[in-house]
Amino acid sequence: MSATTLETATARPWRARLRTGATASQVIAALLVAAFLLAFLVVPVGRVFAAAFMDGTSGPTLVHFGDFFRTSLFIESFWNSLYVAAMSVVVASLIAVPLAVILTRYRFPGTALIATLGVLPLVMPPFVGAVAMQLIFGRNGSINLLLMDWFDVRIEVMDGLTGVIFVQSLHYFPFILMNLSASLSNIDISMEEAGQNLGARGPTLLRTIVLPLAMPGYLAGASLVFVKVFDDLATPLLLNVTNMLAPQAYLRVTSVGLADPMGYVISVILVAVSVATMAGAALLLRGRDYATQQRGGGGLGKRALSPAGRALAWAFVVPVLLLVLAPHFGILLLSLATVWSYSPLPDGFTLAHYDTVLRESPQFITNTLLFCGIAGGIDVVLGVTISWLVLRTKLPGRRLLDVTAMSALAVPGLVLGIGILRTYFDVHLPDGTSLATSWIMLTIVLAVRRLPYALRAASAALAQVHRSLEEAAENLGAGRMLTLVRIVVPLMAGGLAAAFVTSFATAAVELSATLVLVTRDVDAPLSYGIYVFMQSAAGRGPGAALGVIAVVVVAVCTWLANRLAERERMRRARAPAEGGR
Amino acid sequence: MRLIRTTRRRLLAGSAALGLTPVLARAQALEPRVVIVTSFSREVTTPFVQGFEKAHPGTKVEVQNRNTAAAVAFIRETRSNPPDLFWASAPDAFEVLKADKLLAKPQIDLAGIPERIGGRPTNDPDGRYFGFAVSGYGIMYNTRYLRANRLPEPKEWADLTKPIYAGHVGISAPSRSGTTHLTIETILQGEGWEKGWAQLLEMAGNFAQVSDRSFGVPDAVNSGQYGLGVVIDFFGLAAKASGFPVEFVYPTVTTLVPANIGMIEGARNPNAARAFIQFLLSPEGQEVLLDPKVMRLPVRRETYAKAPQGFPNPFENPSLGARVAFDTDLSEGRYELLNSLFDRMITFRLKELTDAWKAVRAAEAQLARRDNAEGRRLLAEARAKLTRVPITEAQASDKDIAGAFRATRPDRPATGRQAQFEEEWDRFALASFTEARRLAEAAAKAS
Repeated sequence: MSATTLETATARPWRARLRTGATASQVIAALLVAAFLLAFLVVPVGRVFAAAFMDGTSGPTLVHFGDFFRTSLFIESFWNSLYVAAMSVVVASLIAVPLAVILTRYRFPGTALIATLGVLPLVMPPFVGAVAMQLIFGRNGSINLLLMDWFDVRIEVMDGLTGVIFVQSLHYFPFILMNLSASLSNIDISMEEAGQNLGARGPTLLRTIVLPLAMPGYLAGASLVFVKVFDDLATPLLLNVTNMLAPQAYLRVTSVGLADPMGYVISVILVAVSVATMAGAALLLRGRDYATQQRGGGGLGKRALSPAGRALAWAFVVPVLLLVLAPHFGILLLSLATVWSYSPLPDGFTLAHYDTVLRESPQFITNTLLFCGIAGGIDVVLGVTISWLVLRTKLPGRRLLDVTAMSALAVPGLVLGIGILRTYFDVHLPDGTSLATSWIMLTIVLAVRRLPYALRAASAALAQVHRSLEEAAENLGAGRMLTLVRIVVPLMAGGLAAAFVTSFATAAVELSATLVLVTRDVDAPLSYGIYVFMQSAAGRGPGAALGVIAVVVVAVCTWLANRLAERERMRRARAPAEGGR
Repeated sequence: MRLIRTTRRRLLAGSAALGLTPVLARAQALEPRVVIVTSFSREVTTPFVQGFEKAHPGTKVEVQNRNTAAAVAFIRETRSNPPDLFWASAPDAFEVLKADKLLAKPQIDLAGIPERIGGRPTNDPDGRYFGFAVSGYGIMYNTRYLRANRLPEPKEWADLTKPIYAGHVGISAPSRSGTTHLTIETILQGEGWEKGWAQLLEMAGNFAQVSDRSFGVPDAVNSGQYGLGVVIDFFGLAAKASGFPVEFVYPTVTTLVPANIGMIEGARNPNAARAFIQFLLSPEGQEVLLDPKVMRLPVRRETYAKAPQGFPNPFENPSLGARVAFDTDLSEGRYELLNSLFDRMITFRLKELTDAWKAVRAAEAQLARRDNAEGRRLLAEARAKLTRVPITEAQASDKDIAGAFRATRPDRPATGRQAQFEEEWDRFALASFTEARRLAEAAAKAS
């Protein structure tokens, strides 16, 4: 990821230019980013960690790390987490790679469908998602009830580690899909043409030219999936799998108490593995250059599918989409159901739940749009700035910024939330309320928690913009800032849209930090509303209705962002080059 | 700002000291808002809030929903500007706050509310929190599910140990749910440490899941993921009232535990907070408990006259909750240890445990067909391995052992290392269950 261009740059003559060192604007940008991360990530989390690593009386100690490695349950959990994360990457790739190739390489009537529906799994709100999955795929879910009726068999797909892998792959494959398709569509058509001129075609072309060139995107997505699954606790907990690392940390912190050191030891190990994964992905890309100089071909050529190919594509896309959308279909049914218990379909249907939600709490929806929209915006700005600092400057400590921002991925929301409370509760806003519990802080926390997604997407996008394009602008007299704003950012438009969408959509369903920081219903986002509703038997319907609304809202915003990015790309593209194909 | 607030509080304290009557104190204007942190769901809080706002039109109630653990953490972290009230089930959460000196001692009129219900005190003896409803623990089951799987309806905890319920029972971990913790503690106190654990471990052989949140269990029973769940009564009663095909029974060994409300030390709106507590305990407030979506047992005797037919009444039915004289000190002393022990023995080793029980039951079925002494001996050994815990009752209350599980505080230094014990117990559980399975399989072969 990050190191690509720079490492290759060492051999190039323009390295000399870079040696002129940092400009004032670079330093200021780096300082601003550092201040933000320090204030809202490092200090709050540090305060929680530090308090926990003290040994009551005798000061700092490492004895708890020793305990971790002596405890067989933790070691077992560690391997389970690694296994689940790795398998989830494999399964998610099996789903995402073909979809991405179909999406970007072929003229396929369903591409818009894939592009939009492909993001939906990410926005499955917690609780509802798991409830819906259980209702559909659970041991007594609709599918199993029907199977038992018809064939007297049962598929235990939601059980144990397999269940976690199943749910996680379905949930997180969009990370690979989005990043890979952004990468694929950024590959210049001339590369492909060069390959064709040399006699490569079909699968060979795909294997030797296209997929290798799309590596930054794939690795960005795959490493995100790995880290996310490794750190995720909601899914294992909802499937009642506790012998994995993240649930162990969570259970320790929330049941043994905040002062329990082991929860933080595990958190530190989670952070370490995440950072190592990201570093590993960077290492894989080391020494290669993924940037392409030519811009404008409108990306890869899209080709027509042969009839057999088209049939194959449909045969893959339709079942996958059905599988992916099953939970959405599940919550839709649940939101319309009167009572749904131990039967393939609900007993009856009603619109009352939507009425309840819209009458009692319309503010959840507007709050979500506001908070998550701003958070997504902050993330894009920070993501571009950090990736630009890392890839295009030689500022000392720039890699540290990248690592720090990424480590947010591995900080449990609960820990960050408590850290923020601890640090900012006594800072008061002009109206006397606390900064820590105001919506401003919630927005910032959402931005911090989702920054890694935006950062990876921005880095992948920037890695594909060739340095010479900026040099050209600079030769024409544009300053660095102007170049960044007028050349680099527009060239990254597709990647930035992906960055915004991932941040926004996942922020919209963030729950763990939200739960600690929200103090008033009127300032609460959708995910909180869903959580509150889903805590009672009578609230299942309204909770699901709110879930459906969340999915629709996020889907519409995603679609809009995609459209904007696409239009921007088309506007900048040379006159439609596909005409000749 | 700070100055004004302090002055007003002084004035209030002064007026209380002068012995002004509660009526006069109430005449003092209520603040325009009151902030409540609660673990109760919307369905439960909304009718109370509406009732209160109707009775006191000038005051708006702000409700913050958090689970109990998050609520306690929140109140701890917000000392400088706390919410006004904490409103939740688990009495132990109130004990934690009380120990941290975070609960105020408001003047509340408790006339007409009995001091004890079902063997337990209704209110905190120090007057820092108040029971507004009581709840018992029992078994909730999905009637459709039982019919489809041809399962009998359970009556007692012991019923849940029967092999026929294998894979059909759910529970939440006591470390995650204060209510389950009390259920486990009640069983252990009612049956005795060894017999209680034997029963729990055999019951665990039937567990489909150990959920990490209280509501996970009624939710799964409602949707029919599994058929039976160990839950607090209002989950079952409220689900039934919402139309789900479920029933709820109280086993003989149960205890009634008050659900509580307390005022936070340094509350910004003390008058409104007091008025809210008083409203909960008033006859109007108590009647709200009978709302089908709330369904909790009132603490006022006269409210039961308005309850629907068949509503459990601890005043009329003295056996309800009375069989166990709940020992609070005993419970308090081994609280954290019990949570950890349950997790090591059951939650984290559920697969090994249920597999071993499956083998035992298969062997029992074999032996029932072809009896033989060697098989029976092996089987008895396997059972013994599956029904014991690594520590005795005395050890569980031992200050050196139980103390290691307490969160360390400056005034309470660690006495031993929790991690060491947990590792020992985990090894013990794994070894016992593996061995039991081996023995049971040998018994099946022997016959």
